[in-house]
Amino acid sequence: MKPRQKRFVLIGLGLVALAVAAVLVLNAFQSNLVFFFTPTQVANGEVPQGRSFRIGGMVEQGSLTREGDGLTVHFIVTDMAKRVPVMFKGILPDLFKEGKGAVAQGQLGADGTFIASEVLAKHDENYMPPEVAEALAKAKAKGAQSSSTLVVQPQ
Amino acid sequence: MMGFARINWFRYSSPQAFYPLAGRLMPWCAAAAMLLIGVGLYLGFFVAPTDFQQGQSYRIIFVHVPAAWMSMFLYVVMAIWAGLGLGLNARPSFMMAQAIAPTGALFTFLALVTGAMWGKPTWGAWWVWDARLTSELILLFLYGGVMLLRTSIDDSRRADRASAVFALVGVVNVPIIYFSVRWWNTLHQGASVSMTAAPKMAATMLTAMLVMTLGFWMYSLAVTLARMRCVILERERQASWEANPSQQDALEVR
Repeated sequence: MKPRQKRFVLIGLGLVALAVAAVLVLNAFQSNLVFFFTPTQVANGEVPQGRSFRIGGMVEQGSLTREGDGLTVHFIVTDMAKRVPVMFKGILPDLFKEGKGAVAQGQLGADGTFIASEVLAKHDENYMPPEVAEALAKAKAKGAQSSSTLVVQPQ
Repeated sequence: MMGFARINWFRYSSPQAFYPLAGRLMPWCAAAAMLLIGVGLYLGFFVAPTDFQQGQSYRIIFVHVPAAWMSMFLYVVMAIWAGLGLGLNARPSFMMAQAIAPTGALFTFLALVTGAMWGKPTWGAWWVWDARLTSELILLFLYGGVMLLRTSIDDSRRADRASAVFALVGVVNVPIIYFSVRWWNTLHQGASVSMTAAPKMAATMLTAMLVMTLGFWMYSLAVTLARMRCVILERERQASWEANPSQQDALEVR
């Protein structure tokens, strides 16, 4: 082998070794690299005890309520399997909506309510004009309707 | 066709031959960059529709996403030149890596700043320590490290090799940035445009973003070529052909 080829092989081997090391390190730190915990993880007790952490998921439809002071809000974060009630006193981001994603930082209270100190909105990667979104929603509603008529009701 | 194939491309791997070629290509790339970025910004700000949930604030995507793509792409290109330099022991390859680094750092910085400006109105925070944002910040530090390492070593051959090894080690971060939104749950949303799935955005929006990306490509080419000329002048100053670069240019024009 020419010295030049030897050097390229060496560089290649170095990169492979590096990639393996990176995979091992990232796997080891897997739990520390997640930005938020899901409601299922909260229910399973996989969340840090006694210190602040973040939970993320969908804000359940119809769960958002405001207290009389106009600042304190209650809502439920769900991952479609488990639900976590959240209390937050402060201003919600503009994109915070029922049925959309949100991430809350705070601590789990004794009664299972998550006391949030900060709430962030998480938006998805879909971008479209409002008219298209409307048309899609309509089509979806229609689709849901027609498919539901196909379901044979148990007697 | 045959004539094209018969051009000896390796001729341009010598700084002496590359210098005038870079000088001739640079203005065309710069003009294309200005045109494409102008058209892209117009399409993005005036033609593309508003977004159904973010309204107008999503429009920063037309700078943010192309800048972020370029930041990762340029790092890979820089690492490839660094690897070629190490393997072939070729000085011009190291020069290319040296010429690309500041542009890559600029795009990384741009991606981070526009990301912060986008994050505040949509997420409600300028900055969060999620995997995507943190790994992109590390990319900025890697660019900084490559450039600092080079300037901190006086002997140019050793500086070349040290910064090339550093650049190659850092390349492991690029897939981490790209796949971070898939591997871990992050606040940053997933990819709207990928090789494997249909784009998740309206056609005009996508067009504007791709035109901007092409514009950033051309800008990167123009700036890298210009910087390459400076690097050649600086590092070949003892070579005889370089005694009078303006004369060299004059000869080329004629």
